[in-house]
Amino acid sequence: MTSPLQRKLKITGPTVVTANRLRDGIVVWLKADGVWSEDLPEAAVGNTADEVLDLLDIAQADESIAVGAYPARVNIGEDGAVVPGTLRERIRCSGPTVAYGEAVAAS
Amino acid sequence: MYVYDEFDRSFLQERVVEFRDQVARRLSGELTEDEFKPLRLMNGVYLQLHAYMLRVCIPYGTLSAPQLRALAHVARRYDRNYGHFTTRQNIQFNWIKLEELPDAMADLAKAGLHGIQTSGNCIRNTTTDPWAGATPEELEDPRIYAEVIRQWSTNHPEFTYLPRKFKIAITGAQRDRAAVRVHDVGLRLHKRDGEIGFEVMVGGGLGRTPYIGKTIREFLPKEHLLSYLEAILRTYNLGGRRDNIYKARIKIQVHEMGAEEFSRRVEREWEETRDGALKLDDETMADIRSRFITPDFEKLPDNPLELTIEQDPAFLRWKANSIVPHKEPGHAILTISLKPVGAPPGDATADQMDAIADLAERYGYGEIRVSHEQNLILPHVRQKDLPTLWRALDALGVATPNVGLVTDIISCPGLDYCALANTRSIPVAQRISERFSDLERQKEIGLLHLNISGCINACGHHHVGHIGLLGVEKKDEEFFQITLGGKGNSKARLGSLIGPAVAESEVVDVVERLVDTYLALRTSPQESFIAAVERLGIDPFKESAYAPR
Repeated sequence: MTSPLQRKLKITGPTVVTANRLRDGIVVWLKADGVWSEDLPEAAVGNTADEVLDLLDIAQADESIAVGAYPARVNIGEDGAVVPGTLRERIRCSGPTVAYGEAVAAS
Repeated sequence: MYVYDEFDRSFLQERVVEFRDQVARRLSGELTEDEFKPLRLMNGVYLQLHAYMLRVCIPYGTLSAPQLRALAHVARRYDRNYGHFTTRQNIQFNWIKLEELPDAMADLAKAGLHGIQTSGNCIRNTTTDPWAGATPEELEDPRIYAEVIRQWSTNHPEFTYLPRKFKIAITGAQRDRAAVRVHDVGLRLHKRDGEIGFEVMVGGGLGRTPYIGKTIREFLPKEHLLSYLEAILRTYNLGGRRDNIYKARIKIQVHEMGAEEFSRRVEREWEETRDGALKLDDETMADIRSRFITPDFEKLPDNPLELTIEQDPAFLRWKANSIVPHKEPGHAILTISLKPVGAPPGDATADQMDAIADLAERYGYGEIRVSHEQNLILPHVRQKDLPTLWRALDALGVATPNVGLVTDIISCPGLDYCALANTRSIPVAQRISERFSDLERQKEIGLLHLNISGCINACGHHHVGHIGLLGVEKKDEEFFQITLGGKGNSKARLGSLIGPAVAESEVVDVVERLVDTYLALRTSPQESFIAAVERLGIDPFKESAYAPR
């Protein structure tokens, strides 16, 4: 029997699984060995729905390290580098696009 | 300032202990995320794009100097040295770690602060006029009633799991500075036949389905405030939709049922309870009033020599923009603009918060207010101290004389922080602020409210901006819908969409064309932007916005 999640998951290109780390909320990506990383380039990339579902299963099986896991599209550069595929994910990856706090006060 | 009693202090301490235990159990795996999420939301803790966000309640926008210092401490110790003041008179910290949140909350509780009623489907922090207790145009201080509502609504067993969040705003002045007509319930103190009571408005709100609130009772005697609110909440709680989050606010219920029928049901409910335990008696009101510390105002003359001899043009410009009359002679209400040119609207650093707390203590009877326009206010300052205050604020970078002008932009955090946003808001606000940075030009343009929201949830109140910008995403590109003619005051009106969304790269140019059109078509400098839009309609503005270039 196909799960509702499988029926809904639509993969349009290379995809990683991302979440926020439970203890501090920072953005993390799932590696192929099932460990969470703070570096997107280390993330496991799935290219089919089955591959991404397998990653999601690993991510969602244990929410003691990271929470709110979901698939996020990425782009693969000519050099093989993994970069975020959307503006939202670029901001999650690199932080706010604006200066904040003392950096603003000092400018 | 309202001073908490032993009951309130114990309640906050117990909440910290409870939350510390909940966090420990979540971190140990004893609680699942599904179990923990509603518990953290009841304490103002969200999980945003980059980190947890803590929203701290500032009851009716009133802070003491020690409380502002406590916020500075949290910013410095647990966050990244700054906080963001919100359109509901609260403050948000964007980088809090879950494992440190119990300690942050314990530190806040020592100053009587917390995150209760800042999230979740409960009755949220009641907002009010930031000039309350200071403005001469006030009938009565609305904060007394906001505090009554706080005491009644906190942990109210019947209203802790409403269909959706519930926001109440209250004003006691002729001019509405609390946007009461765009709240779930708006309350306006007014006088009838010599008696003061409330006009009660229901079903206002912004978000994806904006409505202006409908008056369901022209005059409610003050002693019935809580029984009437309870009748409204009960009618909503029983009949509000729970099947669709987008249709769960009271505004949808009022709209679908009709204000007349809604009012009839409320009145029927109220008739059963109006003279019960919730009727406010003189003793209760006197007790609450007694816990509000009113400054012992010095007897001072208006326009003292210290004020009149200061002739620095920059000071005179700031005074004309940021100072309004106070009810007490020799005093003034001072707005501190948190909108320096090119900065994120509503942000303040820990050092700025500490310094403003010091200034409030030294020159402002120790009180600070937060406005829904995301500025701070010193509600009681001595006129003779204004030149000194101006210099101190200028040194802190918070003396930009742009209050109420085109660069006094209301903006939500947008996609730079918020998990719900579709587009960024802050960079657009910054670029508009830079485009209109010339102070002479801003003065020439005059009163203009420009509000920006990064998604349909409308935290930036774009519907009620004279110019409203709503971010929409199309194929991962940022666009902005533009509305004109909105206003959030006593004659509240929703802005009209002028046409298709414009690309993010064009939005500043389009805003400038709208402003230039106003300048070209106004009858005189006395005709404000909003008055010109009301007279001309949106067509000439639409024409200039979309004219081929």
